Amino acid sequence: MTTLTQKDVGTFLAKQGILIAFAIFMIGFALANQRFIQIDNIAGVMRSSAILGVMALGVTFVVIGGNLDLSVGSMMSFSTIVVLDLHDKLGPALAIPAMFALTLLLGAFIGFLVGYLRLNSLIVTLGMLSAIHGLTLTWSGGKNMDIDDKAGTWFSFFGQDRIMSIPVPILIFALVAVVLSLLLAKTPFGRKVYAVGGNGQAATFSGIPRARIVFMTYLISAFCVATAGLLQASRSMGSQNTVGQGMELEVLAAVILGGASLMGGAGTVFKTVIGVLILGFIQNGLLLVGLDFYVQYIVTWIIIILAVWLDIAAKRGRLWSPIA
Amino acid sequence: MSDPTPVLRLEGIVKTFPGVRALDGVSLDILPGEVHALMGENGAGKSTLMKVLGGIHQPDEGKIIVGEQPVVMSGPLDAKAKGIVFIHQELSLADELSVAENIYLGELPRKRFGLVDRAELDARTNRILKRLKVGFNAKTRVGDLSIANQQMVEIARALTVDAKAVIFDEPTASLTDAEKIVLFEVIADLQTQGVGIVYISHRMEEIFKITDRISVLRDGQYQGTLKTAETDEEGVTKMMIGRTLDLTRVERHHELGAVALEVRGLSCGHLFQDVNFALHSGEVLGFYGLVGAGRTEIAETLFGLRNPSAGTIHLNGEEVRITSPTDAIARGISLVPEDRKSQGLVLGMNCRDNMTLPQVSDLKSGPFVAEGAEVAIFDQYRDKLDIRTPGWKQTVGNLSGGNQQKIVIGKWLSMHPSVLIVDEPTRGIDVGSKAEIHNLIRALAAQGYAVIVISSEMPEVLHVSDRIVAMYSGRVMRTFTSEEVTEENLIQAISGIESDKAA
Amino acid sequence: MTSFNRRDLLKRGAIWAFILVELAFFSIAGRFLSVSDAAFMDLDNMLLLLKQSAPIGIIALGMTIIMINGNIDLSVGAIFALAAIVMLDSMNWPFMQGLGNWAIPLAWIFALLTGVVLGAINGLLVWKTGVDAFIVTLAAMLGFRGLVFMYNGEQPTSHMNWSLVDFAEAQFLGLHTPTWFLLGTVLILWLLMTRTVHGRNAYAIGNNREAAVNAGIKVGPHFVWNFMLIGFLAALSAVVFYSESGSVNPNDGMLYELWAITAVVLGGTKLAGGYGSIISTLGGVIAIQLLRKGLGHIGADTQTVNLVIGLILISVLILDRQLNSKGKEELKI
Repeated sequence: MTTLTQKDVGTFLAKQGILIAFAIFMIGFALANQRFIQIDNIAGVMRSSAILGVMALGVTFVVIGGNLDLSVGSMMSFSTIVVLDLHDKLGPALAIPAMFALTLLLGAFIGFLVGYLRLNSLIVTLGMLSAIHGLTLTWSGGKNMDIDDKAGTWFSFFGQDRIMSIPVPILIFALVAVVLSLLLAKTPFGRKVYAVGGNGQAATFSGIPRARIVFMTYLISAFCVATAGLLQASRSMGSQNTVGQGMELEVLAAVILGGASLMGGAGTVFKTVIGVLILGFIQNGLLLVGLDFYVQYIVTWIIIILAVWLDIAAKRGRLWSPIA
Repeated sequence: MSDPTPVLRLEGIVKTFPGVRALDGVSLDILPGEVHALMGENGAGKSTLMKVLGGIHQPDEGKIIVGEQPVVMSGPLDAKAKGIVFIHQELSLADELSVAENIYLGELPRKRFGLVDRAELDARTNRILKRLKVGFNAKTRVGDLSIANQQMVEIARALTVDAKAVIFDEPTASLTDAEKIVLFEVIADLQTQGVGIVYISHRMEEIFKITDRISVLRDGQYQGTLKTAETDEEGVTKMMIGRTLDLTRVERHHELGAVALEVRGLSCGHLFQDVNFALHSGEVLGFYGLVGAGRTEIAETLFGLRNPSAGTIHLNGEEVRITSPTDAIARGISLVPEDRKSQGLVLGMNCRDNMTLPQVSDLKSGPFVAEGAEVAIFDQYRDKLDIRTPGWKQTVGNLSGGNQQKIVIGKWLSMHPSVLIVDEPTRGIDVGSKAEIHNLIRALAAQGYAVIVISSEMPEVLHVSDRIVAMYSGRVMRTFTSEEVTEENLIQAISGIESDKAA
Repeated sequence: MTSFNRRDLLKRGAIWAFILVELAFFSIAGRFLSVSDAAFMDLDNMLLLLKQSAPIGIIALGMTIIMINGNIDLSVGAIFALAAIVMLDSMNWPFMQGLGNWAIPLAWIFALLTGVVLGAINGLLVWKTGVDAFIVTLAAMLGFRGLVFMYNGEQPTSHMNWSLVDFAEAQFLGLHTPTWFLLGTVLILWLLMTRTVHGRNAYAIGNNREAAVNAGIKVGPHFVWNFMLIGFLAALSAVVFYSESGSVNPNDGMLYELWAITAVVLGGTKLAGGYGSIISTLGGVIAIQLLRKGLGHIGADTQTVNLVIGLILISVLILDRQLNSKGKEELKI
């Protein structure tokens, strides 16, 4: 392949266009507010991106497998509330595994519905968003959760401590990223996820147990959500029961920004990490420039549509849709 | 009597796509009231020509002349407005709407406020339906009609305009004999009204039954036009492939092995019933029949994609139940499916990954995939099958049809199956690669593989099979040995004609 | 317009049969389990039911058309909230205060315009970019909600106008005002879908998009109209509801899209598009509201109600998949 066609140039621009736009934003933000490029600000962004980032890693698996998971936000609220509550009832050593187990159970349920019963993942996870929210409210009795003796527990390690002066959340995020990246790119399981998402029918014809693979992606997503809940609970040692509300869309935005296709079969863990960071810095920049907190919602809206649009446009070779 | 003006004329149509000259100066003329066959192998350019005629592609050179005027076709709607109507193979109907609404889709008669004028709609529709002498009325929901009747609705759509030319693309693929007769009557009726009919088909018996002239394309080039009455199958075939058909029977130089696969009384609802056959190692068993005869469904059942409703399957003498493709593969059965793009390959993945997909769990070093071993497998079959690709990293979607098919075949050969089922091995593949694949199949048999080949091309199935199972409408009509099969008795069998010799 | 076969009638009748079963069940169970003495099926209760069905019902009716097209709209809850805020806040504007009760229809118009404009944005994005409706409206769900929060922060927006409240609470011929709006919407949309070219085209597009395009139907503008319509209806629903309540919180309308979709799917419309009806959705709406009321009647709390509705949604999805598969002869893919 020696000649560059117009399509190649278009694809290149579409992919790198996001990075270029991001670079422009970064420069703009830095000029508008010096604080943007200060080390402690950058570190702060990375630390708070860790929680969103871990969730995005799990959702990456689901999306590559050809599905969606809109329940991650309310599932994260559930995890946070549950682990805080159980901390005071069972002690941290038991509370953490118990919370993971419960969250994985929820993920397994969704995985069963989408993987084995072949139900539409958009509707199912939208419904679960509501159901899990209800579950969280029931569990917490409608109240916010708080750890009683904040000083007397090692629980804060995950969210607040540092190892070799790197915040633990960032380390955990990095660890999960590395493990999942290997899982996705280097193991047979990862290969099968790409196959199922790329062409489910062909995957079945190749002997791949499609239902089981989809099921597993939801388990992975739930595991990541549980981890995120742990980080969140550990960081604030107390929480409202709506802490994760709306995060599913930010997670999706990060995954899309990272270049994963919502049709399945494409994307990588590393690219999602980039997407997470881009999103984090944009949100941070907006705040530092003095804009309303909720402007983030508008920006995320634009980002999602723009990113998917450019991806589709690159694939079909035309910017505007040919719909009559 | 002076020659009548053609209703439609194509002059010197040239159409190139990046890297290929799909149409190279094609000329054609369609006279009023004639049935004009358009023939050619897969890839000869028939469908590209139709797309140019229908305005989906614009010709790079050449003219389209309707009546007396050269025209530019801007799309299917424009073509229809100019009197050129297509009846495609894939019916393009909205099955939740009524017959009338489908016929007048996009041009429903209106009253004020955007309301549909239902009385007018039904009246106009019923007039057309009466012309076609069909048994259903304007209000019938299209989804409730049989395929043959749905095709009639498509034809009715053609009659809403003053059609000058109607183009049929493989119209009889899903029709029973009785339904075909009705179709031919409708075509004859159109003829009497001076409509020019273009009939695209591979079915020789039909071509020689109803057409007046035959035009042939080969590799994008116009080969010539023959008067049907003045030629025969061999003459047409020669024009289509540039050589006489090599219908030499298979000669087997090796001994057959034991029975690898036996099927007794196998049925699956109304898809196929009471199928019996035995397949030996070293043998190629061909399955021939029309679309809907049940061949692919049998393959799917053997591969665990369908549950049989009755009957038994025996592998190496042992009765088995095959529950899923994973199970079938574990038992040594491989299936090269009919549709390589939607069933055989993940188009977005590279060549190597596609080829090793069924066995990726077994190619491990520690918890990771042993990529070196994968590449070795790819290299092995790339050489063995002569797959043309810049490298294993190439995305499979970018390969040609023939090379894609070879990747699928390589994928399954690398599993060393005891039973290999190949469904339409050379569909949509150029002639050169076809021959390669046929030779490969014979070679596999010589190596001891037990092979089932399902095909819709008679020369192919005659060329590679030791025995041929002829199917019609879900039943095995007869199983032929390669000595006793002839084109006539084979065609008879698959057309439902019983013979004294049972399977 | 189209003939009905027996299987079709069975499918369409299912939701009404379900409603009858619910009525029977809750009436009987109510005798044993109810916290109050009143019978379940008394007239006032049923009229109230219809009134309470109106907000989600009006939205669900619009959602039916979107889903018949093969699309989906997840932003209706946010449009609902924003329209409500625009209506109530606008009545606080100085020049509106000066108009007395004439401000009311003007406020309504502002609200309805908001819905139409937001719907048009969604529709135009779907048309021109080619991005799938679910992504466009999923993102809009967030974006529009952002607008909602930016309007007045996290504070509620209120305006009390007693004439308006009186009108909203009134009953004409025994039916409440919201009920009239609901029934009116049913009538108009039913006429639209069964009798007009636009409506028949909607089925065609959802059923076989390619055939529709080849027949010359302009799919893009069609989508834009339908998104504007559902935006209008979401705003109408807000107008109807908030005229009575007078105060809106920025989180209001959350998950309304889920309830609307549930009602539509319950009523028998297919997720894939091309099949469904306005009347069936009305059935779905009533069935859900009946469920809420009935469960409340026998003492269940809100979370249980949501859980039951969620389970029913899942059951309907499973049923939809079962009925659409061809049974034993289906490929096990």
